[in-house]
Amino acid sequence: MRIGVLAIQGDVREHLLHVKKAGADAMEVRQLGDLDSVDGLIIPGGESTTIGMLMQEEGLIDVIRRRIRDEEFPVYGTCAGLILLATEVVGKSPARISVMDMVADRNAYGRQVASFEASLQIDGITGKPFPAVFIRAPQVKSIGPLVKPLAYYRGQIVMAEQGSLLASSFHPEMTDDIRVHQYFLDKVRRR
Amino acid sequence: MADKKQATFTVKSGLAEMLKGGVIMDVTTPEQAVIAEHAGAVAVMALERVPADIRAAGGVARMANPRIVKSIMEAVSIPVMAKTRIGHFVEAQVLEALEVDYIDESEVLTPADDQYHIDKWNFSVPFVCGARDLGEALRRIAEGAAMIRTKGEPGTGNVVEAVRHLRQVNAQIRHVVATPDVELPDLAKELRAPLDLIRRVKELGRLPVVNFSAGGVASPSDAALMMQLGADGIFVGSGIFKSSNPEKMARAVVRATLHYNDPKIVAEVSEDIGESMPGLEMSTLLPQDRMQDRGI
Repeated sequence: MRIGVLAIQGDVREHLLHVKKAGADAMEVRQLGDLDSVDGLIIPGGESTTIGMLMQEEGLIDVIRRRIRDEEFPVYGTCAGLILLATEVVGKSPARISVMDMVADRNAYGRQVASFEASLQIDGITGKPFPAVFIRAPQVKSIGPLVKPLAYYRGQIVMAEQGSLLASSFHPEMTDDIRVHQYFLDKVRRR
Repeated sequence: MADKKQATFTVKSGLAEMLKGGVIMDVTTPEQAVIAEHAGAVAVMALERVPADIRAAGGVARMANPRIVKSIMEAVSIPVMAKTRIGHFVEAQVLEALEVDYIDESEVLTPADDQYHIDKWNFSVPFVCGARDLGEALRRIAEGAAMIRTKGEPGTGNVVEAVRHLRQVNAQIRHVVATPDVELPDLAKELRAPLDLIRRVKELGRLPVVNFSAGGVASPSDAALMMQLGADGIFVGSGIFKSSNPEKMARAVVRATLHYNDPKIVAEVSEDIGESMPGLEMSTLLPQDRMQDRGI
């Protein structure tokens, strides 16, 4: 199994390392051709405006959207990646894949001074609470009927899935814990 | 569940990790900030003057007026950074009160303390600092910097110093990696850097925080050059808004930074972008005009 990490900008290196630690091959995805050889894709944290715009220019948005619709291509979006997956975004909106039925609010926790770490209980992930890092993180304001919440922080949904799609407001790649990546790899395997 | 921890080093260095592979642009007005955001900048640096104009104006360069910083923060949704003078912890307190996303303790401004940098551990907002070599970078990290940028020579549009400093840092990292553990304490003394950070560099084979390149990038090829030399991302100061067509230059530098390993794309984005800023030859700079020698 090979997982691609969208390598336009952002926390690419850490996701690649986590995928490898979780037991799959990992490769950078920069251009359309790279998509052909991966079984699933991670969209890392970064600046959603920048990533969305450059994905658009590379033609990646349309192809990823088509693969999700036609073949249930597994995609996991973290932070900026969550925004790119959401069907709706509050306020200024970057170019998006727009496939996951939810409303995302960019930087809803506030500016960098409000960034934080917290431990989360996540559905489907057993053992001790998961150490989650929130950096200028988005919030999920509401979800459609197809979306299943997996984790909450202070009453707010911070991780959810819809079919082959997975999204989290927080960064699971910034600590040594690989359980969220294992969870995504299991999704890819089950497909 | 709600054991919320804020202002940890993970959170501070984490924002810099999110900026990797991107371009951070100096801006002096909300309009310029919007141009930068539209071009795909991952963050902007709010300033009163770009380094080339600071050089031209002479006199003492200070933190930007809070009104400028606030108006830029209101204009864009990407992170906003702002510069404080080296050692001027009150300017830094002011910038923290404004809730800028990152503070640059910068040699571009006139230093306020010729002995000590700001104790950056005292702040919730993360800091980026300049460095010309590994020792300088690690001293700044020891003071609490969560991001490093190699200094280059700001406001010159001449990439030679940026290249020199990045090569220097990388050569010294290779040296640390190749040095036996027993010799590390001596190397730490030689580099005037804390031993624990030297050990960390050896373990990682890189700096423990993100390292961008700054000070002289004035064309898409310059940006791709610094990326190929191993920079995590690019700061462009005067290079955008001192060029003849800032919109196009900004966009081209962003694309060249993304596709730094693809000369065909760098060639394509370099057409029709107008003229780069004129630039300065290093030998024309007087010693007192060299910003990189401040705060080492």
